[in-house]
Amino acid sequence: MPQKLWRKPLDAEKIKLPKPEIHIISDLCKGCGFCIEFCPKRVLEKSDKLNKRGAFPPEVVDESECALCSFCTAICPEFAIFTIEKKDKEDNQDGEKE
Amino acid sequence: MEKRNKTTLSGKHFLSGDLACAEGAIAAGCRFFGGYPITPATEIAERMARRLPEVDGVYIQMEDEIGSIAAVIGASYTGKKAMTATSGPGFSLMQENIGLAVMTEAPLVIVNIMRGGPSTGQPTMPGQQDVMQARWGSHGDYEIIAIAPSSVQEMFDLTIECFNLAETYRVPVLLLADEIIGHMWEKVEIPPREEITIINRKKPKAQPKEYKPFKPAKNLVPPMACFGEGYRFHATGLTHDEDGKPQTVSVEEQNKLVKRLCDKIRKNAEDIIKVEEVTLEDAEVAVIAYGITSRAALSAVRKARKKKIKAGLLRLITIWPFPGKLVAEIAGKVKAIIVPEMNYGQLVREVERAAKTTPVFLLSKLGEEPHRPAEIVSAIEEVLK
Amino acid sequence: MKESDLMLRHPLAAYLRQERMPHIWCEGCGNGVLLNSFFEALDKLKLDLDKVVVVSGIGCIGRAAGYVNVDSFHTTHGRAIPFATGVKLANPELEVVVISGDGDLFAIGGNHFIHAARRNVDIKVICANNFNYGMTGGQYGPTTPLGSWTTTTPYGSIEHPFNLVHLAAASGAVYVARWTTLQVRKLTDSIKKALGKEGFSFVEVISPCPEIYDRYNKLGTAVEVMKWFKLISQTQHGCTPENAEISKRQIIIGEFVDIKKPSYGRLLREMTTRVKESFQEKKAK
Repeated sequence: MPQKLWRKPLDAEKIKLPKPEIHIISDLCKGCGFCIEFCPKRVLEKSDKLNKRGAFPPEVVDESECALCSFCTAICPEFAIFTIEKKDKEDNQDGEKE
Repeated sequence: MEKRNKTTLSGKHFLSGDLACAEGAIAAGCRFFGGYPITPATEIAERMARRLPEVDGVYIQMEDEIGSIAAVIGASYTGKKAMTATSGPGFSLMQENIGLAVMTEAPLVIVNIMRGGPSTGQPTMPGQQDVMQARWGSHGDYEIIAIAPSSVQEMFDLTIECFNLAETYRVPVLLLADEIIGHMWEKVEIPPREEITIINRKKPKAQPKEYKPFKPAKNLVPPMACFGEGYRFHATGLTHDEDGKPQTVSVEEQNKLVKRLCDKIRKNAEDIIKVEEVTLEDAEVAVIAYGITSRAALSAVRKARKKKIKAGLLRLITIWPFPGKLVAEIAGKVKAIIVPEMNYGQLVREVERAAKTTPVFLLSKLGEEPHRPAEIVSAIEEVLK
Repeated sequence: MKESDLMLRHPLAAYLRQERMPHIWCEGCGNGVLLNSFFEALDKLKLDLDKVVVVSGIGCIGRAAGYVNVDSFHTTHGRAIPFATGVKLANPELEVVVISGDGDLFAIGGNHFIHAARRNVDIKVICANNFNYGMTGGQYGPTTPLGSWTTTTPYGSIEHPFNLVHLAAASGAVYVARWTTLQVRKLTDSIKKALGKEGFSFVEVISPCPEIYDRYNKLGTAVEVMKWFKLISQTQHGCTPENAEISKRQIIIGEFVDIKKPSYGRLLREMTTRVKESFQEKKAK
């Protein structure tokens, strides 16, 4: 994840930042835009795909930018978006080795 | 303070109607009372406030009658047997949530000790002026059960009956008494606990996942789960389907629900209705009365018989659902019907409807005095002329 | 993955009656955010959902009870609190939460609110305040700010609004907080805290009404209203509720009351025990 840090943390090599998985349930979205506006990392953007409800649901611009703060999950009035940590099998195995 | 060493009474007691009603409620298993003081029903609240803590029950005095019945519906939904008691003005305030109790099929009992109206009227005087309000007071189509006691003993017995009916049919049941019955003191015989019939609501057999809170059984009454039992169901005052889901625009669901709510009373009316018939077999004149009036009517009918006048009495214990069939049958046999009421003509309309061509006469009384037997006797003589 | 399957993977899926989605609320309405926050609080507390009861009144937010996957009841207008009082007193095991609107709780239900707070009945009240009656098309209510436009104040409102937190505090609530739908984390924390308190707790949630109130008052889209909340909200924990104003300049948010007082239920149980004991004594004599 590209980040500007004033010094490189000592354990930067060991620590693995969690990988996000953003799920959008497009047809539940009413297009209020809260998730897009209030995402601190600006990960989302209004799509141009009209959904079943006549709204333009958000789409992910860059999933890797997501910090998994899950503010989008919390502020969505429709329960139409949520983020979870990506479960990567290889990562787990690496972890076990350590 | 009286001396008691038992939480439930039995044996002979000298009680007022209001107190007998409270004792009946306790005997029926009522463990929640939400109310607001009002003459002439206050004594019921007072007795319940003293008695309920003794039997692990809850008495709460709400901020008004609207809150009282709302709390009673809430308590009923937790599985408790619950009641409130009031009089005309409070009964008016309760109408909104009587509709809610009908719609959400909450079993509960409302006691209305009727006084003189309209408005504040005559608080300490008797009346039978809420008979039609009891039937039609809340908006929308519905059926309700209302019972009219005519003695202090019946205040005890019929309060238990009210709870049994409420639990059987999941409906608010009204005990419509009048100020005289409420304040009169008489001997009451309370049977031992094991001799009192108590009916409890049917519980669902379905698993929580399959449970549909408003899916009726054969008798059109849905088995009732309660809050906290793991069924996680929803109830609403909106028109709803069997699942409890609001159906605010469905013609089909509106028809289905409203008709079932009415039919569960209409189709079971024969099991619900209780009356007392006195010398009606060969009667030429029938007196139809309820509550305190029926006592004068009974005396009048006996006096008339002594005068060789063929008079009979139909005492309505159940006012709603109205025993229309029976009244029609009687009307077919008699020359005239007299309806003494402590109002300016309410139940007489229902009698007229059932009696068709048989003449029906109203004997109205307003204010302090109930009917005197002699007045009813002269009315009987008058109509036979 | 199918969208219906995806819905089931939502971290709060267990709290929602999925089959009733989508809910009836408008795009950008704060009610959904409030519900989301409430679920998050339930999730964090790990409450037994079989023992939670949600009660609502009438209005847009009144439908909330129907969307919650617990025992729930949608009462008549204004009567959620007395109904909830009956439930809580009849079965103290249950956690009873009232979710309703400003009109329902403070106009038609105002008397019930102050008396439940006075008695310190152990129920939690979460109020969605959108400054108007949304469901009937936007009429003014007890919280409509002076000078605001609604369909029944076509010349601007000439009524002074209630300060709900002040009212709740003065009536005796043991916990009083206010947030806007933007501060979802704080709101969740407050609801969590309210659920953990003994006694009458009140959380006010200032909520956008983008299609009706906000439109009439030219406050912009839901996002713009939320940005405006961000701009003018000022956290002042412990602020005297009387001074916790809501105006065009600022909305004071935070926790205003957090005190201890025995609840009605506790006093009731103590009294019942006392009565029953004295009865036993009488019997023994």
